[in-house]
Amino acid sequence: MQISHRLLLTGTAALGTIAAPVTAQTLNLSIGIPRLSVAEYHRPYVAIWVEKEGATPRTLSVWYDYDMKKGEGTKWLRDVRQWWRASGRTMRFPADGVTGATRAPGDNKIAFVAGKGPLGTLSPGNYTLIVEAAREVGGREVVRLPFAWPPKPGASVKAQGSAELGAVALNFSK
Amino acid sequence: MMKARLMIAGALAALMLPATAQAHRQWMMPSSTTLSGNESWITVDAAVSNDLFYFEHVPMRTDGIVVTQPDGSAGKIENAATGKYRSTFDVHLTQPGTYRIGSATTMVMGSYMLNGKQERLPRGTTKDKLASVIPAGATDVQVAEASNRNEIFVTLGAPSTGLFKPTGSGIELVPVTHPNDLVSGETASFQFLLDGKPASGLKVTVIPGGIRYRDALGQMDLVADQDGKVAITWPQPGMYWLNASVGGGREGGEGGGPGGPGAGAPGAAPAPRPARPAGPPPRRASYVSTLEVLAP
Repeated sequence: MQISHRLLLTGTAALGTIAAPVTAQTLNLSIGIPRLSVAEYHRPYVAIWVEKEGATPRTLSVWYDYDMKKGEGTKWLRDVRQWWRASGRTMRFPADGVTGATRAPGDNKIAFVAGKGPLGTLSPGNYTLIVEAAREVGGREVVRLPFAWPPKPGASVKAQGSAELGAVALNFSK
Repeated sequence: MMKARLMIAGALAALMLPATAQAHRQWMMPSSTTLSGNESWITVDAAVSNDLFYFEHVPMRTDGIVVTQPDGSAGKIENAATGKYRSTFDVHLTQPGTYRIGSATTMVMGSYMLNGKQERLPRGTTKDKLASVIPAGATDVQVAEASNRNEIFVTLGAPSTGLFKPTGSGIELVPVTHPNDLVSGETASFQFLLDGKPASGLKVTVIPGGIRYRDALGQMDLVADQDGKVAITWPQPGMYWLNASVGGGREGGEGGGPGGPGAGAPGAAPAPRPARPAGPPPRRASYVSTLEVLAP
């Protein structure tokens, strides 16, 4: 999926429509995926998106089995059901810059740069970053991280999942 | 009573049910209503039963079931099989959008006088065959139409509304809320039409599935407003049976017809014939759907 990321960034740069300022805000997200002692374990599908009241939800990243033959891994995207309803069902897959591989248990870092890629430009206001995880033969969980844009220097938001997600933390840097 | 028996015969033929099924609920149960991927399959159980949604009585016949694809073209049911208690069939979803799977029939019921004797129209008479079943010299022809629709919706990708253009026949559902966008705790609204016009005053019954494992039926009785609209707040996620009917004496009830056990059954003793009420028989129509409500 690195390829998709690169393709999209290249494409954006080539179009030159969105020039990221030198001091672009970056959202640094850490998503804890718990290590579970279960007989049959599959890495969860995870969707990350932002919502703002009155605005179309924006998907930042989706981790799923994108590399199965004939795109069969997309069959279970609907199980990430809040995201599917909010945003996923109107998207095409694989989605450049959004599609990613499922990730192993542990703290998974991912960053989104304002003005670039799936995050794009955010107008000032109150947002919620939402992380939803759904695991094959397992459960599902959503955590919500409210934040204001533009962020105050050093702002951070934390949430704690209880089953399918561990600690989820969002902070901002330039 | 004579007229009631005629009605039952026609209604049953239209529903394609055995004669003893009029007090039961007809339903189709899709394996999924919300799907993702480039293409997908669903399988559907189709049965007639008392409890929802359990196979306990008779299968629903599959010969009248039509698939309408999101672009309006005809799809098909595959691998259809009918067992003792239920039928099952598959539908291959190959287009993004909302599919309709269902049957819609309009049967004509009624009677005429010939040589001083009242004769009834044969079972399963359709509108276009009406002229051919009424012999020359028949008088006092009384006919009524019974339109029965049983349909479910499934969506691959984002819900679409292309196939909700009303046909103007029988009871039809027009989404205000899309039937594949239902979430527990939210209020959905649907508009119902009767022969293309808002079905104001239509009685609509909604019953959650899983009856076997609870004491209370949990039935919601709704009445359509002047625009034919009803609003339903879903108490919990799950599958719901929705039924609406007019002219059958069980409005908003079970979608069947009036009459006691065995009414209209072959070999039933002829009932006494009371004087026929003035005016033509009432318009009859019924609507059944199974709706899936997801957890938030």
